[in-house]
Amino acid sequence: MTKQKEVTKTTYQLPIGPIHPALKEPVMFEFEIDGERIIDVDVSLGHVHRAIEWTGMRRNPIQIIYLAERICGICSFVHPFAFVRAVENACDIQVPERADYLRVVHGELERICSHMLWAGVAAHEIGFDSVLYLTWEMREKALDLTEYLTGNRVTKAILTIGGIRRDITKEHIPKIQETMKYLKDNFEKLRKVYLDDKTFQIRSQNCGILTYEDALKLCAVGPTTRASGVKKDVRVDQAYAAYSDLDIDYMTPDVLTGEVNGDVYDRIIVRLLEVKQSIGLIEQAIDKMPAGDLVSEPKIPKLLNYIKKTAGEGIGRDEAPRGEVIHYVKFDGEHEQPYTWKVRASTYNNILPWIPMLKGEQIADIPIVAASTDPCMSCTNRVAVVNKNKKYELNKEQLHQLSVAKTRRLMR
Amino acid sequence: MTKGKKELNVEQLVKYFKDEFKTKIKSIEIKKRATGSKKKEFSNIWMKIDKSIFKKVIKHLCDYQFPHLAVVSGSDLGKNIELTYHFSVNFGTRLNEISLNIAVEIPKSKPEIETICDYIPGALITEREKQEMLGVKVIGIPDTRRLFLPDDFPKDVYPWRKDEKGMEKLIRNLHEVKK
Repeated sequence: MTKQKEVTKTTYQLPIGPIHPALKEPVMFEFEIDGERIIDVDVSLGHVHRAIEWTGMRRNPIQIIYLAERICGICSFVHPFAFVRAVENACDIQVPERADYLRVVHGELERICSHMLWAGVAAHEIGFDSVLYLTWEMREKALDLTEYLTGNRVTKAILTIGGIRRDITKEHIPKIQETMKYLKDNFEKLRKVYLDDKTFQIRSQNCGILTYEDALKLCAVGPTTRASGVKKDVRVDQAYAAYSDLDIDYMTPDVLTGEVNGDVYDRIIVRLLEVKQSIGLIEQAIDKMPAGDLVSEPKIPKLLNYIKKTAGEGIGRDEAPRGEVIHYVKFDGEHEQPYTWKVRASTYNNILPWIPMLKGEQIADIPIVAASTDPCMSCTNRVAVVNKNKKYELNKEQLHQLSVAKTRRLMR
Repeated sequence: MTKGKKELNVEQLVKYFKDEFKTKIKSIEIKKRATGSKKKEFSNIWMKIDKSIFKKVIKHLCDYQFPHLAVVSGSDLGKNIELTYHFSVNFGTRLNEISLNIAVEIPKSKPEIETICDYIPGALITEREKQEMLGVKVIGIPDTRRLFLPDDFPKDVYPWRKDEKGMEKLIRNLHEVKK
């Protein structure tokens, strides 16, 4: 290191973002570069603030469910899920058993969609676009099933406080089984491409390493922390929904390879293992699902009135595809609106781990390392901004051009 | 990291804190909820502590086990600001996790709290957020910059405050500006 310093006396600053072709969502990196090596990195956030918590504190809990659903397009089940669990904990509202099982089915289906989407993006980041099509084709089947069960592909509007809004009936079962069979049949193909392919191995092994100590100290969550060997998965750690009735274990890379490196490759392994685990969980949940009610209190005005009169606070933790999501609500016992609503998405905790991952890597590795935590900036930046920041304003024409360019790039 | 010590259950963990800090703990409550068909339980501990022992409580917690800090939430309670630190311990073994929520109230006249980044480096992001959103001064924080708010956001306006320092005057209603 000292020898190198004699040769190159200055380092360079390389800003990437907030709008950049390699980034799917706005985030700003400032790299300190020495030749090809990254010496230091700083991350700035806040380019997609939407004042969601602030807005929520002016709405009633039922309205917030649909607002929470719009925090993130991919995690449109887990955010409202964490919110309704927080309200249920704060006001002591019971959930029927059947609803607990149905929540597992929808949660796991979302995990499959999300991990598939991520796998495609990861392939795209290293220039392997044919794999993007393969994974997204598989994801399409899972999305079709989501649409079949909930009536919508993305914003599902399936949850309510104290239960779930739609049932899975006997007629639904064959389609679920058919999709699960399709996913299982194609899983081997996916595994082969991601884990045995030379290109993937070269680009992802020993790249973007996060050690066990760093993962723990920096409070990383989800597949990012599990790939570093930290056994932390809300579904296994605590009893919520029907997960405590089902057979489930921590998915760390040593399950498959017998060792933990904490690199990008390990993060791929963890996500692939979780896709398989999710398929199993859906089958178990369908199998063991008890009969019964869907909601504990179907009359919404009565429910809202009860919440209005209850003072209390509660948290709802939930394992999203990207890691633990936590919502905190506090009711004052006089108003319908929550006194405080705090949303913490998984990427929020996975920002700091980026720094040790990126240090010492090459510039060309930035996209895949950054993508390996499956970042979701819209989830993370959800707090109040009222002032217009003209710096990043794009007019309709520019936006359209950007969009066309992106499509062309994807079609290539 | 600090695994190897015997894991305490909820009651033992409450006792672990009570024995050390006694009356400085204003209130401590265990909330349990059962779920699923097998009615397995999950426990939350809600603890309110005095500001003077805040740092010692965090140290005492780290002495037991390196905790996972999920987030710090904050409420404007009028005269005081309440910060709630949401931890979890005992993760890593099936159904053994305990959620530990430590609340501390700080007066608005002197809204200061010590940083915990020296024990838990991962607290940095959430502490920076509390500084800009609630106007809490975190003493000893390694990075004092804003996190989400842009640099041209007015100083001394804190979006989560419910008093005159809140952002009511910055709001433009669409029906008023006719856009």
